[in-house]
Amino acid sequence: MSLTQWLLTLASIGLVLLGLLLIGAIMSYGERRILALLQDRLGPNRAGPFGLLQPVADILKLVSKEAFVPPFADRMVYTVAPIIVPMTALLSFAVVPVSEDGWLADLNIALLYVLALSSLRVYGIMLGGWASNSKYSLLGGLRSAAQMISYELPMGLALVGVVMLSGSFSLREIVAAQELPFIVLQPLGFIIFLVSGIAETNRLPFDLPEAENELAAGYNTEYGGIKFAFFYLGEYLGVLLIAALVTVLFLGGWHGPWLPGVVWFALKTLALILLFFWLRTSLPRLRYDQLMDLGWKLMLPAALFNLLITAVLGLFWMKG
Amino acid sequence: MYEFIFYLSSVIAVIAAGAILVVRHPVHAALYLIVSLLALALLFFLLGAPLLAAFQVMLYAGAILVLFLFMMMVMNLRTERNLPLLLPANWGGMALLALLLWLVLLLLLSRSSLDMADNIMVIGPTAVGNALFGPYLVVVEAAAILLLAALVAALYLSRKGKR
Repeated sequence: MSLTQWLLTLASIGLVLLGLLLIGAIMSYGERRILALLQDRLGPNRAGPFGLLQPVADILKLVSKEAFVPPFADRMVYTVAPIIVPMTALLSFAVVPVSEDGWLADLNIALLYVLALSSLRVYGIMLGGWASNSKYSLLGGLRSAAQMISYELPMGLALVGVVMLSGSFSLREIVAAQELPFIVLQPLGFIIFLVSGIAETNRLPFDLPEAENELAAGYNTEYGGIKFAFFYLGEYLGVLLIAALVTVLFLGGWHGPWLPGVVWFALKTLALILLFFWLRTSLPRLRYDQLMDLGWKLMLPAALFNLLITAVLGLFWMKG
Repeated sequence: MYEFIFYLSSVIAVIAAGAILVVRHPVHAALYLIVSLLALALLFFLLGAPLLAAFQVMLYAGAILVLFLFMMMVMNLRTERNLPLLLPANWGGMALLALLLWLVLLLLLSRSSLDMADNIMVIGPTAVGNALFGPYLVVVEAAAILLLAALVAALYLSRKGKR
C-alpha cells in the first residue's frame, strides 16, 4: 500500500472513532432522558436546549477532576484497566458492516474476532476490580469474571446456528445471506444471543458486578475522573456493539424496503438500544445464584438444543 | 509495513515472555503471559492462520487465563511473592547447550525460510474445518473423548459428601 492509502485508512479510522465516541455520548444522555420519561421524572434538562449539552458538561466535569490513584492500589494495572474496556468495543466495530459497501474490514473470521475481543473485555473489569485493592471492587471483579465466562459459552453456541445457515464467519456475507432475517429461522438463537449480550455488557437485570445496593459501585468503586469515564464509555459502546451485532446477525442488517441500507441499519440498532433501556427500567436485578443457574442450566442446554435442531434440519434441506 | 508489524509483535512477545521470569507479583506475571499470547496471535494471523489466531485469543487469553487470574484473585496472593529465579549451581553447561540448540535452530530456519517467506498461504476457516473433519476425524474424536473423560474425572474429584 502507498502512503496516501495509509493516510486515507488512518483518516477513515479516525472518523469512525470520533463518530462512535459521539454516539456513546448521545446514548448516555438519551438513556437518562428515556429512563426519566418511563419513571415519570424529567431527567437532565438544564444544559442547552432540552438538556442536549449534558454529555458535554459531564465530560468537562470528569476531565477537570484530579487524576487520583488511591495509595493502596496497584498503580500500573489500575491505570491500564479502564482503557481495555472501551478499546475492545471500539476495535470490534472495525468488522461491523453498516451498509452494502459501508465496512472498514471484511475479515473471514470476523465473528470469531468479535467474540475474541468480547472475551478480552472481561480483563478490564476484572483487573480494575483487583487493582483497586478494596473489598467491594474485588467482589465486583470476581462476579464479572464468573458472569462473563458463563455467558460467553451460550453466546458463541447460539452464533454457530447463524454460521451454519450462512456458511461464513464474515459479517458482510452473513448479512448478504439473509434474504429472510435469521430471527425467523433462528428464534431460539436470537433470544439466547440477546440475553447473553445483555449479560456480557453488565446491564440490568444482569449488572451484578456493580450492584449498587450491595457492592457500592462494584468494580469501579475506587475510580473517578477520566478513568471512570472510560468505564462508562465502555459500557455504552458495549451496548451499541451488541445492538449492532444483533442487527447484523439476526435482523438482516442493511436489508429493508424503500429506505437506503444505512438508515435501516440505524433504525434496527436504535430499536434494540431502546429495548435495552426499557429492560433496565422494568426488570429487577437477578440474585447471583439465579444468574449462574440461568446461564448454565437453561441457556447452555437451550443453545445446544438449538444447535442440534439447526444441524439436523440443515442436513435435510441444505445441499452443499 | 507487514514486516514491521511482524517484527514488532515478535519483539513484544519475547520481551513479555522474559518479563514473566523477572516480575515479582504472580498477577503481573499472568498479565505478561497474556500480552505474550496476544502478540503470538498476531504472528499467527500475519503468517496466514487467522483461525488459529482467533482461537488463541478466545481460548487461551480469553478463557483459560481468565480462570487463572480468577483463582489468583480468590486465593488473594497479595502477600505471597514470586521467588527470584533459582539457578542451579552448574548452569554454565546448560546455558552452553541451550545456546548451541538456538544456533542450530537459527541455521535450520535461515536455510528453509528464505524462499517460503514471500508466498504465505492464508488458510481460511473452511479449509481447517474440512481438514479436521476429513482426514483427521479419528484424532478429533479421540481428543473429544479424552476431554470428556477429564471432565468426568474433575466432577468425581470435586464432588461433595462421602469420599
